Amino acid sequence: MTKEVTKLIHKYLRHDKKFPHVWCPGCGNGIVLGALIRAIDRLGLEKDEIVLASGIGCSGRMPVYVDFNTLHTTHGRALTFATGIKLAKPSLTVITLMGDGDATAIGGNHFIHAARRNLDLTAIIINNQIYGMTGGQHSPTTPYGCYATTATYGHIEHAFSIAELAVTAGAAFVARGTVYHARLLDELIEAGIRKPGFSVVEAMSNCHVQFGRRNQIEDPVTMMKWLRDHAVATEKARKMKPDALEDKFTIGVLADLEKPIYTDEYQKVRDRAKSLARQ
Amino acid sequence: MPPKKKTQQTAKQDRIANKPRASKHKQSGKIKELFNQVVFRDWCKACGICSAFCPKKVIGHDDRGGPVIKRPDDCIGCRFCELHCPDVAITIIVRDVESERDRA
Repeated sequence: MTKEVTKLIHKYLRHDKKFPHVWCPGCGNGIVLGALIRAIDRLGLEKDEIVLASGIGCSGRMPVYVDFNTLHTTHGRALTFATGIKLAKPSLTVITLMGDGDATAIGGNHFIHAARRNLDLTAIIINNQIYGMTGGQHSPTTPYGCYATTATYGHIEHAFSIAELAVTAGAAFVARGTVYHARLLDELIEAGIRKPGFSVVEAMSNCHVQFGRRNQIEDPVTMMKWLRDHAVATEKARKMKPDALEDKFTIGVLADLEKPIYTDEYQKVRDRAKSLARQ
Repeated sequence: MPPKKKTQQTAKQDRIANKPRASKHKQSGKIKELFNQVVFRDWCKACGICSAFCPKKVIGHDDRGGPVIKRPDDCIGCRFCELHCPDVAITIIVRDVESERDRA
């Protein structure tokens, strides 16, 4: 464990930007930012080796504050920009940051196909179960029966489970953490970046301002306690009965596969084509 | 010249060794490590996470929810507050008892 965590985080921040950051008091995005920085520091990567691409939403503000190569892209298209960067320069470590709506609604198609394609990218998805920035509309991860600006009589749709979706779509590494389990979260992000292939780290976060306020959990502390009480480690969940897990979600590594990486395969195709041309 | 330097150094080491330590655990006799909690007020948004989750209730809160360091010596250095502060506004530093006493 690194001593003086805050000092370490300051090393990677852009102090010429406006601080304190734009997020609401107690927002989980700040905790994810800290976890990401700690993970990168532990990997010992240079600032210039990293590209951080984000979409639109509260989470999209994150690259603004960190001193890497950063890209704030259009809504839902963080992964498409990241794909371009990775193919143009495969030596870079490309990380994308998305919100739940950004990744699974607006960029839903890009997300599943990036997972299927298995490029060496890391997608960090902050899941706060609502569209926070635009005013609390329900997102694909808003649970059934919850309230939102666009679900004033209770939400009648069922929620996506992002990590399980990524497993099914064929991502090489899938993990889920919460902002309460911050140490675990930075271990998972570290493992995700280290993993060759498409890795997804879903960070369950709190939006007490847009989600909590409409669902009688109005402060960050209660929301973090909710995350603490509803998270079950994957090892423990295997031994539990399905009905005990009904309102819970699992945290930890959900999938870790060895699959051929797109950039390697693409290089092989190029070599094959070159050798055929020579003949 | 070198011998003189050496005596100075040993004298300093003795002085450090003979100084009374900060506080001791009654049973184990181990020296308890102490921590300083530094809150950067300019960045703090008074969300209340640090004071709510502090296992030793070192951090309390004032009437607007901002953190107040109430019992700094009880801190066990778990760094929950430091890891969970969304605004990177709190730091836990291992207290250097010797240097603080020298300064005083």
